Amino acid sequence: MELLSGAEMVVRALRDEGVKYIYGYPGGALLHVYDAIFQQDEVEHILVRHEQAATHMADAYARATGKAGVALVTSGPGATNAVTGIATAYMDSIPMVVITGQVMSHLIGEDAFQETDMIGISRPVVKHNFSVQRAEDIPAVIRKAFHIAQTGRPGPVVVDIPKDMTTPTDRFEYVFPKSVKMRSYSPVTKGHSGQIKKAFDLLMAAKRPVIYSGGGVIMGDASDELTTLAKTLNFPVTNTLMGLGGYPGTDRQFVGMLGMHGSYEANMAMHHADLILAIGARFDDRVTNGTDKFCPTAKIVHIDVDPASISKTIRADVPIVGPAKGVIEEIMQLIKSSKKMPDAEALDTWWKQIDEWRTRHGGRYRIDDSELMKPQQVIEMLSKVTGGDAFVCSDVGQHQMFAAQYYKFNKPNRWINSGGLGTMGFGLPAAMGVKLNFPDADVACVTGEGSIQMNIQELSTCNQYDLPVKIICLNNQSLGMVRQWQDMNYESRHSQSYMKSLPDFIKLAESYGHIGMKVDRYADLEAAMTEAFALKDRLVFMDIAVDPFEHVYPMQVPRGSMRDMWLSKTERT
Amino acid sequence: MRHIISVLLENEPGALSRVVGLFSQRNFNIESLTVAPTDDETLSRLTVTTVGDDRVIEQITKQLNKLIDVVKVVDLTEGEHIERELMMIKFKASGAFRAEVKRTADIFRGQIIDITPNTYTVQLVGSSAKLDAFIESLGTASIMEVVRSGVSGIARGEKVLSI
Repeated sequence: MELLSGAEMVVRALRDEGVKYIYGYPGGALLHVYDAIFQQDEVEHILVRHEQAATHMADAYARATGKAGVALVTSGPGATNAVTGIATAYMDSIPMVVITGQVMSHLIGEDAFQETDMIGISRPVVKHNFSVQRAEDIPAVIRKAFHIAQTGRPGPVVVDIPKDMTTPTDRFEYVFPKSVKMRSYSPVTKGHSGQIKKAFDLLMAAKRPVIYSGGGVIMGDASDELTTLAKTLNFPVTNTLMGLGGYPGTDRQFVGMLGMHGSYEANMAMHHADLILAIGARFDDRVTNGTDKFCPTAKIVHIDVDPASISKTIRADVPIVGPAKGVIEEIMQLIKSSKKMPDAEALDTWWKQIDEWRTRHGGRYRIDDSELMKPQQVIEMLSKVTGGDAFVCSDVGQHQMFAAQYYKFNKPNRWINSGGLGTMGFGLPAAMGVKLNFPDADVACVTGEGSIQMNIQELSTCNQYDLPVKIICLNNQSLGMVRQWQDMNYESRHSQSYMKSLPDFIKLAESYGHIGMKVDRYADLEAAMTEAFALKDRLVFMDIAVDPFEHVYPMQVPRGSMRDMWLSKTERT
Repeated sequence: MRHIISVLLENEPGALSRVVGLFSQRNFNIESLTVAPTDDETLSRLTVTTVGDDRVIEQITKQLNKLIDVVKVVDLTEGEHIERELMMIKFKASGAFRAEVKRTADIFRGQIIDITPNTYTVQLVGSSAKLDAFIESLGTASIMEVVRSGVSGIARGEKVLSI
């Protein structure tokens, strides 16, 4: 029988969960745990420069692999700094385990040094949280935390550990539970066959169908199944911002992203559809636009592992609670055994209509006479230089939308962005988390001069751990998305959206031991970007000057229907 | 429409705050809430009365079910059920009104549980509507204090909420 301290049990349990890297920042409440980390070499700790970055690194690892990432932060400010990252993961249903230090049990509630009620603070942004009450419970609690984080609809779980639970001299038998059983938690593992049959009947009867898939297909590892289903039925597919890569972006049946900045053809197809098959998507406000005008002629089949996502904003005609993968497989079996197919003639007419929409506004942007590059050109170049095969970790703003629109993702788990919370500062740490775990892959951080400055300190971490990500900074010297809204809704009163006093990013990158590249002309872009990606072992910060007046289009008209869009500064549907 | 939702909850620290937090976080309404341990010491039973249309109530039950500490949820108003609330109400009771309080309490099958020369404290058990009716029939002018337990409910017949 092996006796371990609570601190040692934390590290051992992580090892037994198969964790290779943890991302964190030490502090008083965690000193015992950090000492235990020092005395082993199976779990490697990555020291970030700000706790928010630790959570984003763990989060991005999860987005790229489907497995829960782990962050370790101390009590008080360490914990509160992690909250943004936890909320980011929560909004996008990303599995993550965040271990937070806590003051000693007898001090809780006494406003002790670096005390904060992390259970209370994190409650609205976690799938669940635990406060460790007895040191010997640590392995079981950590096991449960991973189980909850990674099953059903995934999400972040916080484990708050008071310092006295980790005292080195208090030793207990280490028992890592083989399995987890919780009477109050049993996520659905299989869709209801009756409902699936109903869905199948609707699919067969559809004349103007659209498959609308989201992050649930990515995290549910159902992208192959989705592709097979769509190919078999010859249905058009649109992806949400979170769902990009769930269906091959270069395939003919892919009509682009939908929603606020969705493609013309995707939004038109949705609006005119007679059947919408929603898979692992949650009809959020950035997708539906005005819910009262949403897809007036469509029957809706909604597959989601979380029953609460179904009929939350848009009522489903056929709700199916279950994991995307299994439910799609069952639909495929019905197709095979019935030997039925949808009306080919009707589909043919539907495709003609979609192709016509495509030619009307197929991802167009205008290149004018100005010397300035269009941000869209930069993303298209990134797609070209990396062969569409890079991990693209985005920050938040216009560049994020351009990346979503113009980088063609053919694989799942390659598009890493903060979709739900919209967390500026996410991109760089996310790219770091991916690069660390996929050292041979091309990893790009698409960012802007605003977002990058929200976690710029992590350039130091990149140096310490040799994380040669490529930072593609679309520098328009303004908070582009804010500015766009101000242009469109506030008569161009650019309140606080202009970035003055920008640093010299080249020197900044160099001072952290990296390479900086400045690109001002489109003519230089391809060579520079090719060179940057050829420098396999170096972080390259590409500061790329782009047109500050560019807007993201299409853009849905607020509270309108799916088809109500601005297509350019002057054109409206 | 008003709904009475019963919840079996793990008797864990913080479990109640998850339920209460959920209601405020998602902008759901709480009219009353009661919670107490059950015969099984690992479980608490919580009853919440809320108001909302079908869509809201569906979301409330689904979101409650999603909470890890929640073991079971039932909307009692979906079936035949009994609801009870306990009220203790203290009146300024002197002169002719003193007899009036006594009479009305008798009619409502309430009990006078504390007496001073100038006050009566009445205990009344019943549906929320009955308690409201009692207050209405005596008027609010002489009320010194009202304390209500919030609604508890149970299904009629053989239906039970247990694990």
